[in-house]
Amino acid sequence: MKSLILVTISKTLLPLLILFSVFVLLRGHYLPGGGFIGGLIAAIAFVLHAFANGLRQTRKLLRIHPGFLIPIGLSIAVLSALAPILITGDPLMTGLWYGKDIAILGKIGSALFFDTGVYLVVVGVCLTIIFTISESV
Amino acid sequence: MTVFLFVILASFLFSLLLFGIGQKTFKRMTWFASLLPISLFVYFSSFAKPIMNGEVFNFFTAWVPSLHINLDFRLDNLALLFTLLITGIGSIVFLYSIQYMKGHPKLMRFYVFLSIFMGAMLGLVTSNNIITLFIFWELTSISSFYLISFNNTESSSRKSAIIALSITGLGGMALLAFGVLAGQLTGTYSIAEMLQSPEIFANHEFTVYLLIFIFLAAFTKSAQFPFHFWLPGAMKAPTPVSTYLHSATMVKAGIYLLLRFTPHFQNNSYFFTTLLIVGAITMLYAAFQTLFKTDLKGILAYSTIGALGIMVFLIGIGTSVSITAAIVFIVVHALYKASLFLVTGTIDHQAGTRDITKLGGLRKVLLPLSIAGLIAALSSGGFPPTIGFIGKDLIYESTLHGGLNPTLLTTIAVLTNILMVFAGLIVGVKPFSGKQPEELGQIKKPHFLLWFMPMILAVLSLVFGLFPAMVESLFTHNITPLLTGEESPHLAIWHGFNLIILLSALTIGAGIAIYFLWKPSHKKESSMIIFNAWSPKSLTLVFAAYFQKVSYFLTRTFQNGYLRRYIMIILVLLTLVFGIHVFINPRIFLSLKEIKSLNWNEIVVLAMMFVSILFTVFTKSRLSAIAGMGVLGYTMCLIFVFYGAPDLAMTQFSIDTLTVILFVLVLYRLPKYLKLSNHTNRIRDGIIATSFGTFLALTIIEIMNENPVKTTTEFYAENAYKLAKGKNVVNVILVDFRGFDTMIEIVVLSISAIGVFALLKLYLKKHEK
Repeated sequence: MKSLILVTISKTLLPLLILFSVFVLLRGHYLPGGGFIGGLIAAIAFVLHAFANGLRQTRKLLRIHPGFLIPIGLSIAVLSALAPILITGDPLMTGLWYGKDIAILGKIGSALFFDTGVYLVVVGVCLTIIFTISESV
Repeated sequence: MTVFLFVILASFLFSLLLFGIGQKTFKRMTWFASLLPISLFVYFSSFAKPIMNGEVFNFFTAWVPSLHINLDFRLDNLALLFTLLITGIGSIVFLYSIQYMKGHPKLMRFYVFLSIFMGAMLGLVTSNNIITLFIFWELTSISSFYLISFNNTESSSRKSAIIALSITGLGGMALLAFGVLAGQLTGTYSIAEMLQSPEIFANHEFTVYLLIFIFLAAFTKSAQFPFHFWLPGAMKAPTPVSTYLHSATMVKAGIYLLLRFTPHFQNNSYFFTTLLIVGAITMLYAAFQTLFKTDLKGILAYSTIGALGIMVFLIGIGTSVSITAAIVFIVVHALYKASLFLVTGTIDHQAGTRDITKLGGLRKVLLPLSIAGLIAALSSGGFPPTIGFIGKDLIYESTLHGGLNPTLLTTIAVLTNILMVFAGLIVGVKPFSGKQPEELGQIKKPHFLLWFMPMILAVLSLVFGLFPAMVESLFTHNITPLLTGEESPHLAIWHGFNLIILLSALTIGAGIAIYFLWKPSHKKESSMIIFNAWSPKSLTLVFAAYFQKVSYFLTRTFQNGYLRRYIMIILVLLTLVFGIHVFINPRIFLSLKEIKSLNWNEIVVLAMMFVSILFTVFTKSRLSAIAGMGVLGYTMCLIFVFYGAPDLAMTQFSIDTLTVILFVLVLYRLPKYLKLSNHTNRIRDGIIATSFGTFLALTIIEIMNENPVKTTTEFYAENAYKLAKGKNVVNVILVDFRGFDTMIEIVVLSISAIGVFALLKLYLKKHEK
């Protein structure tokens, strides 16, 4: 059931939605948003693409199996939690902050990396589950 | 400190290294593994001199100081005795196994578990922190489990391993309870510091629980009656394992624990009396059982239980002589019992049987082995001039001069020792004497390691017997004062002619007489079966069987595999809890004044909600029901938006989208129209759903009436920016204040993704089924 409208629009929507998800991830510390929601939005973007163009096209676009995002995300989260122990000798998960503000991103701290880890895990988990199920039924 | 920590952890690291080497390479260099215990033995021996001079070594690193769990090791003379036993007998066993286990397909795994065990045991006896002691204690139980079930293709091995793990695991829990209770009462988790609060251990309202827990821990580990039955079952393990774990070291962990806490309980007569009674029952019962066994390892298992009983009994007498006797007996027993086990292992390896009724005359082929067996049997029987003789002398000296009823205690000790003489002779001498039965066939000469290792231990029994001063200066001279505060008696082989010598002679004479008069047979063994129905073992198994039945019943009832059943049970249970709560204590007020009038947009959303609910319930198509659910979800998002929870709204929105997509993906392939469940089921489900919803709503109204405690909320709101530099409190809670929860949540998410993938993708292919 390929619909021309959906195919056309999904191609435009995919980058927009992913951009939006990153935006949501980055603003999370100050305004509504965060890694979990961002990850869900990114997952929706890919699922929409898969709906319109078929799973094969989406897999091609992704190149790697979405499952690989899970260990990457988990390691980023764990490393950001361990960072204070390794760098300053503070207890696990103490927030570390880079002194100056950076253009666009604002303050950079270990929390942002942790949230990025969450983001990647959520994308990986959602896509793995949905892709696996849609291939198997 | 770091060196010592490394030494304790070396065995664990070593087992990882073995994995790295791999099965194939390891087979060609098995000797490599024995470098570990030998170098550890050398390391611990280097402490002997300063410790003999009365020094004590402390090694402390904070680990989790907030929970009082620290890497706190203390090497005193008692710990040194055990570390030398563990590494010394470990070296012998590691070397012996090179030949005994040669060619076994899982050889590497064997050494891996053996190394882990050794590390755990070393940690156990050097820990000064009661919690780390518990951790190492459990590690020994776990490694023992894997070693007992080493031949895991046999169901009897697996069963024995499970029984052993359950019994010792139960004791482990008791040890944890003991540790936490003692730690809370005394205010310290350091065993040495606990000594400063003697009143807690002597006379406190919780002292009785301390006693119960420490007894449970020690009696299960050291196989005391009525928990002894896991030990004979543990003989399913390969013989080197039985030698090492189930005779020389692990089963002595309970004895170690009791000895370690003897100073703490010094003024507690219940402690000593219980040990005396339990030890006496165990030693007599187990020694008597050896008469009826025909399997060499069975005899050794029961004589080990008997020996452990003697040690508990001696601690129970509680005088300086008896504690000295217990320590000497630990050394005596480790040497002769390990030697006898290894002799048995070699007999089994060469002759292919351990049945005493089928063995005889092996001295012709296995002459060196028979000498080792003879010396070990002599030490076991307490013949002069072995160390066993000194051990037995001390036992009689303690029973004659201590306790409430010297005559009774001495009688029990003599009876037990007579049977121990018999047990030693039957294992160490019987297979070698007499004529060789023809069924045994041609027996090959064993490899050098297979007779030399038991020989070393046997000769040591003799050397220590001839030079008892070695044992005295190395161990008892310092340990006895450490535990009792009194001087240790002088060890000597000849104390002059007295009652003790007479008793010794009587023991040996009677033991030899039984050996010649009583022939073990299968008939006698099976005559004991009638008592089995009431043995602690079968009672436990009956209990376990019922326990299993109840578990099966509960699992089948509540978790029958249908998602609808799970949800129904959860909802019904919650409805009952809510319902009872609302019914007993109704506190529901709705004040009309506080209810604001609805906006037009809220009215629209509510109407949409209502319609979508009705649509979902009454539609006949699956896909439109899902669409209805989706609309319902989105309207809820709108409500979140209206009432100022944008984060929640965004999450709910995305989750709803994904859920709908998932449902569509799965249900798309199913037939279009629902086959309706029957009418009664639908009504039942309707009632459950409605009542759950009603009670939930009532509870929420009730919660609104309470004055909420806002300290947590205020803390987060105030500190989100101050401490975590974030203005979005929800996000700050997720990534910072409660970041660890999030970490665990993403781990759970990952596991569920792996689960889905594994369930759907990794099924067996046709040819693999």
